[in-house]
Amino acid sequence: MQTANKVSQQQLTGASGQPVTCLRFSGDISSASKDAVVGTYQALDKASHKQILLDFKGVEYLNSSGIALVIQVLMEASKSGQTIAICGLTPHFTKVFTMVGITKYATLLPDEAAAVAAL
Amino acid sequence: MTVTSGSKVEVRLPSRLGFEKVAMSTAAGMAKLMGFSEDRIEDLKTAVAEACINAMEHGNQMNASIPVSVVLSMKPNELEVKVMDNGSGMEAPAPSPDIDRKMSGEEDARGMGMFLIQALVDEVEWVSGTGTEEQSFVRLVIRMNKENE
Repeated sequence: MQTANKVSQQQLTGASGQPVTCLRFSGDISSASKDAVVGTYQALDKASHKQILLDFKGVEYLNSSGIALVIQVLMEASKSGQTIAICGLTPHFTKVFTMVGITKYATLLPDEAAAVAAL
Repeated sequence: MTVTSGSKVEVRLPSRLGFEKVAMSTAAGMAKLMGFSEDRIEDLKTAVAEACINAMEHGNQMNASIPVSVVLSMKPNELEVKVMDNGSGMEAPAPSPDIDRKMSGEEDARGMGMFLIQALVDEVEWVSGTGTEEQSFVRLVIRMNKENE
C-alpha cells in the first residue's frame, strides 16, 4: 500500500564555491523510509560531505514518522558539523516543519536554485 | 452532484500502514466538494492521516484484521471526522514537540502526530472506549475558515 520511496544523489556547487550534496526524495516518506532517508545520509562520508541539501520536491506523501527521520538526520549532522538545508517542500509542509521547530536546525528554501544560492 | 449538509461517508481500513491514505483521500474529496480552500484541505489530510496512524499503531496494535473505522460527516461550513479503534484511548492534550530535546536524544524523534492533529484542525477530542462495547475514538472538526485567522 505504501508507495515506494526513491532517493537519488547529485553533487552541486553552492554559491560559496563549496560542494553541496543533494539528496532528492520521491514517493512516500514515512516510517518505511528509514533506509532511503537515514540510510542514504549515513552512507555519505561525513568529512567530505559538509553541506547537504534534502530535496522534497518529488515527495507525494509525508507524515510525522517521515518528519522524525528528517530529525534523525539533523541530529547526526549536527554532531558531525554538517550543514543541512531543505528545499522543495509544499507550503503546507513548510508550515508543518516550522511548527515542529525544524527551522532551528535547518534552513528551508523554496527550491534547489534558492538553496544553491544560499549555500 | 449536490453537496448536502448531513451527508455521511464511512470508510473501514485494515490496520496496516499506508491505508491511512485512503481515508486521507476520502476526506480531501469531501472537503473539496464542500468548497474548502486548498490549504485547509492540506491541513485536513495531514490530521486525518495522523489520526488513522495513531489508531492503527496505538489503538489496534497494528493487527491488520482489526479495522479502523472513519466516519466523515458534512455539516454547515465544517467537516467532522471520527476515527475509531479498539484501543483504550489516548491521553490528551499532547505536549508540543521540543525540537531541542529531540535533537539531544532526550525526547523520541517520533511522537508528533497528536500535536499536529491539534495544531491543524479547529476542534479535537479523544474519547476512551469502555472495552468491547464502545470503541475509543478521536473526533476532529475542521471548518472552512480557520478560527483566529
